Amino acid sequence: MSTLKFGLAALALSLGASAAFAETLEVGAPASDQDLARYFAIQPDGEGLPPGSGTVSAGAKVYGERCAACHGDKLQGVPAAGGAPLVGGRGTLSSAKPVKTVESYWPYASTLYDFVWRAMPFDQPGSLSPDEVYAVTAYVLAKGGVIPEDATLDASSLPKVEMPNAKGFYDGRGPDLPLYNAGR
Amino acid sequence: MRRRGSDEAYEPLAASRPVDEECPCQEGMRPQAGLGRRQLLLSAASTLGATALAAGAARAAESAPPGSVHYDVPEDPTKEQGRPLLADGGYGTRSQFETEVRSKANNPTDLTSWTFTPLAAQIGNLTPSGLHFERHHGGIPTIDPARHELVVHGMVGTAKKFSVADLKRMPSVTRKHFIECSGNTLTEWAKPTAKNVQVTHGLLSTSEWTGVLFSTLAREVGLKEAALWVLAEGADAAVMTRSVPLEKLLSDGMIAYGQNGEALRPEQGYPLRLLLPGYEGNTHIKWLRRLQVSDRPFMTREETSKYTDLMPDGRAKLFTLQMGAKSVITFPSADMMLPKPGLYEIKGIAWSGRGRVQSVEVSTDAGKTWRPANIENVAEPMCTVRFNCPWAWDGQAATLQSRCVDETGYVQPTREELVRLRGLNSVYHYNAIQSWAVAADGGVSNVHA
Ligand code: HEC
Repeated sequence: MSTLKFGLAALALSLGASAAFAETLEVGAPASDQDLARYFAIQPDGEGLPPGSGTVSAGAKVYGERCAACHGDKLQGVPAAGGAPLVGGRGTLSSAKPVKTVESYWPYASTLYDFVWRAMPFDQPGSLSPDEVYAVTAYVLAKGGVIPEDATLDASSLPKVEMPNAKGFYDGRGPDLPLYNAGR
Repeated sequence: MRRRGSDEAYEPLAASRPVDEECPCQEGMRPQAGLGRRQLLLSAASTLGATALAAGAARAAESAPPGSVHYDVPEDPTKEQGRPLLADGGYGTRSQFETEVRSKANNPTDLTSWTFTPLAAQIGNLTPSGLHFERHHGGIPTIDPARHELVVHGMVGTAKKFSVADLKRMPSVTRKHFIECSGNTLTEWAKPTAKNVQVTHGLLSTSEWTGVLFSTLAREVGLKEAALWVLAEGADAAVMTRSVPLEKLLSDGMIAYGQNGEALRPEQGYPLRLLLPGYEGNTHIKWLRRLQVSDRPFMTREETSKYTDLMPDGRAKLFTLQMGAKSVITFPSADMMLPKPGLYEIKGIAWSGRGRVQSVEVSTDAGKTWRPANIENVAEPMCTVRFNCPWAWDGQAATLQSRCVDETGYVQPTREELVRLRGLNSVYHYNAIQSWAVAADGGVSNVHA
């Protein structure tokens, strides 16, 4: 191979290579709205909440049939079933025995909707309709004294719920600075 | 053979016992409790099912530890022909004489619970895939890779779906990293609780992972200007979700499909898992099916109700994602027995979620004096190293400790330092120096020094 030819070949090769890096690989297919319709994730401001609504009294029925066996008639938890207490514990977070529940600890109502819709009931995940999830969310929050017994939750009222421990969290990212003074 | 079963995890600390004369203790130094006969037969039956049919070599009447097949042992292996090749059906099993297994935590349901890697028995730096620790919140799903997709959408130029085959066509990387559950060692805040190193530190495992960098995927979909966070979601019954800073994903986040030279194990996320080197284990979403790019975190249950660190003032830290520098001596460690005074090789594991391990020191006098340990393998970022340090034990009581310093200069704290900073309620991210007491009779136990 002459030097010129070799040089041209190398140039072509390197152009080819850099082109490949600048372009996409054209792997994967576009995801349509229909593809995405089966997924959800709900933000504290309510983004992602589905249409529908539920009352505390409708939630009492859902809770009794679908949750009470594992979380208890009084939402007190059933240790043998692995179901945590969902209410109680206010004022305990700085004590020697903090009780972390939806009522005492959770900063956002959206998290309750999101979690119950995706993962509860534990033995039949993903089986509740949006209305049932609004209702049982309302029931749990009412039993925790967070919303009134006559409340109705929907996509506009749920994000407005002020959780008792809403101000109890801060961003813990970054280095654990005091550790560098730990010896003192 | 180590005991297994639900009662193991949080049993009160067993007093050190003399070595059982009957048992063929590993390295002659470790007391061992036998699996029950019934348990052995059960595990043998399930292990043998497939292989025995294929190979016809195993005898169903005999028992073998999980992951192995029983073969009769000849009097003299040089006087008898061995097995023909592929007697194992084409996928090898471990020796029938190797018995280490994961042990499980004592929780109400095994569908949301965890298993511990038997760290004391680990040889070298990589955890065998079958001994990798687990944490599931809704059981282990069975997923057909031909039907599995990863969807990337949200604040992207073009939302896209990728089949497993698509991902395997893309440029890949292969990197060794540990994964540690941020709940690792959580029993040890207030008093020494767990009975051995498998339970104190076994929510830690190291693998070689192969997959596609998130940055490669990002180029396929494009990212919008204001994007800052990404929600990762699994395809299990818990539909596990965590919000991850985009910055982390773009620096070294990986969509892994390979583990130690083969496909991920089902309990490790087959066919796809997220890998976030140095981040707490829960964020390494298994059975990964979706990445949603956003400008803010989603505040999922796992990043609010769980995996937040409650401080003494009653407020809690969100997103304490990075694992601190940590180390532990695996030999000698609690529940072992040193047969007599003499020369021993202290051995252990050190790691940091903040970078490479820089150095490891060992103390045999409860931290009064420290000696540098030898590092056995090349330190890699967010990867464990093995260390060792010779020790002439004079037969007097001694307290063994190890301390890790990472390349950022972060020094593994003592328990007192950690408790002073975080109190006793923060549950996660306990990375304090571990102490093992060696008694004059050679028994080793878990202590707070
Ligand atoms: C079969 C038992 C079972 C049933 C029925 C059940 N749960 Fe649960 N629940 C659990 C278990 C187990 C967990 C812990 C899951 C985990 O480890 O991730 C849990 C967790 C939760 C949590 C999170 C608690 C926390 O503090 O983080 C909430 C909220 C919850 N369940 C609500 C419900 C609601 C509402 C229903 C009814 C629609 C329900 N559960 C039905 C067993 C159950």
